[in-house]
Amino acid sequence: MPYARDLKSIRRLIAAHKRWDLVFACCGVLALMVGLLTFIALFVDMAIDGVPRLNWDFFTNFPSRHAAQAGILSAWVGSCLVMLVTAFVAVPLGVGAGLYLEEYAPKNWVTDVIEINVTNLAGVPSIVYGLLALGVFVYQFGFGQSILSAGFTLALLILPVVIVATREAIRSIPVGIREAAYALGATQWQVCKDHIIPYSSAGILTGVIIGMARAIGETAPVITIGALTFIAFLPPSPIKAEPPFLSFEWLTSPFTVMPIQMFNWTSRPEAAFLQNAAAAGFVLVLLTLAMNGFAIWLRYRLRKNIKW
Amino acid sequence: MATVSVASSVESRPQPSAPLVPKVKASGLSFYYGAFRALKELDLVVHENCVTALIGPSGCGKSTFLRCFNRMHDLYPGNRYEGEIRLYPDDINLLAPGVDPIEVRMRLSMVFQKPNPFPKSIFENVAYGLRVRGERSGRTLEGKVEAALRDAALWSEVKDRLHQLAFNLSGGQQQRLCIARALATDPELMLFDEPTSSLDPIATASIEELIADLKKKVTILIVTHNMQQAARVSDFTAYMYLGQLIEFGRTDELFIKPKNKQTEDYITGRFG
Ligand SMILES: Nc1ncnc2c1ncn2[C@@H]1O[C@H](COP(=O)(O)OP(=O)(O)OP(=O)(O)O)[C@@H](O)[C@H]1O
Ligand SMILES: [Mg+2]
Repeated sequence: MPYARDLKSIRRLIAAHKRWDLVFACCGVLALMVGLLTFIALFVDMAIDGVPRLNWDFFTNFPSRHAAQAGILSAWVGSCLVMLVTAFVAVPLGVGAGLYLEEYAPKNWVTDVIEINVTNLAGVPSIVYGLLALGVFVYQFGFGQSILSAGFTLALLILPVVIVATREAIRSIPVGIREAAYALGATQWQVCKDHIIPYSSAGILTGVIIGMARAIGETAPVITIGALTFIAFLPPSPIKAEPPFLSFEWLTSPFTVMPIQMFNWTSRPEAAFLQNAAAAGFVLVLLTLAMNGFAIWLRYRLRKNIKW
Repeated sequence: MATVSVASSVESRPQPSAPLVPKVKASGLSFYYGAFRALKELDLVVHENCVTALIGPSGCGKSTFLRCFNRMHDLYPGNRYEGEIRLYPDDINLLAPGVDPIEVRMRLSMVFQKPNPFPKSIFENVAYGLRVRGERSGRTLEGKVEAALRDAALWSEVKDRLHQLAFNLSGGQQQRLCIARALATDPELMLFDEPTSSLDPIATASIEELIADLKKKVTILIVTHNMQQAARVSDFTAYMYLGQLIEFGRTDELFIKPKNKQTEDYITGRFG
């Protein structure tokens, strides 16, 4: 067939091509909606079941055999404490590793192998981390079935996310800035501490929060290392009335976390417990969304001053 | 056309009167990016308190040459120097393996093609070189920052907003800030890599004026694409082509009576 020469056939051709635009746009919207609508349907369904259960007591009560009196106190306190440990472990390790790989590591095949492995670690099933942690943290290091073990395990789980985020944030710093600092006579460490780390902190923080939002919903590795499914007391308080005021006893305390509490309730036969599970799930999803929202806001705030 | 304007701006300028003292001398300098030889056996003397310009077509190795002086190439793997660059009066070879590149960068300073202020305040930008050198006293820092900003002809424009972000300045102001940053540490030699190529004519004029002023205090080596600029600001000019130094001489002589045919072709605009 000859190619379109006259205006009429060019127009016909364009119209034919544009039909494909439309077809693709429809397919795309459809694909998007399948994912989005499923999530919205699940979320709304959960909200309808769970929201009526949400009241002050639900947050301040321990779990109970009576569905109406059961609450998520030990679960949310446990989740918060575990997340605290996770952040304290994952941030220095992840930032340190990312910084080393970007700034210090010699560019050779060993570094390449390490790089590929770090990226692959992000794809390892979380239950594998749980099994590893059971052997290493719980038994080998003697941390026991504690908040400390859980925090370390989840830190390990999100470490690749933190490392990758750190490296990407560092890479986005223009060469000119780095060279300007070196040209003034700064050493590698001075460049890192005065420039690289401050300028990449927004990206790093975003990565950390997104990693934590994933970790807070993790169930399998936490069950593997032996989180309790029913617990009616809180870990010892980290703040004491008498000197030295701070206490780290809570680190070795047994614990539960939100998704485990949820899991426990969904396996009960009574419908009332299912309502509790929906309410806890609703809280958990809101928490995750809030963390992601915070990450976006933080990125926006910290990037506002730094534009390159 | 080009020759006329270049020649007239050369003639109207007074000759440097003080006796010439060498500040740095490159001899037999070759440079390799991996296996690629970007500089071939260069010899060049930069005289104290003079402006020396490096000109030549794009890709001839001007930036590469300039970045040898403060050992910027050491930041990247696979680069190699041959030959030497001696710094006077101490007469040390800047390229010697025993000489720490950080020490070299503490004595020389560099202004880049694109203004590259740190995303910090104006004050912190200028103070950074001093902080790297361990200066802690607030009073000393303030004094030095003010002096550097005055020398860079920026003080009156920024004195009321020293603690604002440097990114809020205009391009020309940012480049003068970078000059102030490079000046604050009292360098012995300043390296400029096409400092005006991203600026408009007015900002360019103010930077050229500044460079002509600065040579009373410091020796300057400047790379430029623009022959009029070389003629306006420099006392000596070196013409480079394909990694080689083709001709070097007083700017007036080189522009009016180039000895080499290639140089003549380049400055008359027949080539490049
Ligand atoms: N990092 C690098 N690795 C390999 N080759 C390089 C590198 N940087 C520059 N070169 C090569 O070295 C030669 C000299 O480059 P250089 O940047 O010094 O030129 P220049 O004279 O400054 O040019 P311009 O006027 O365009 O800035 C060019 O052929 C360039 O392709
Ligand atoms: Mg260049």
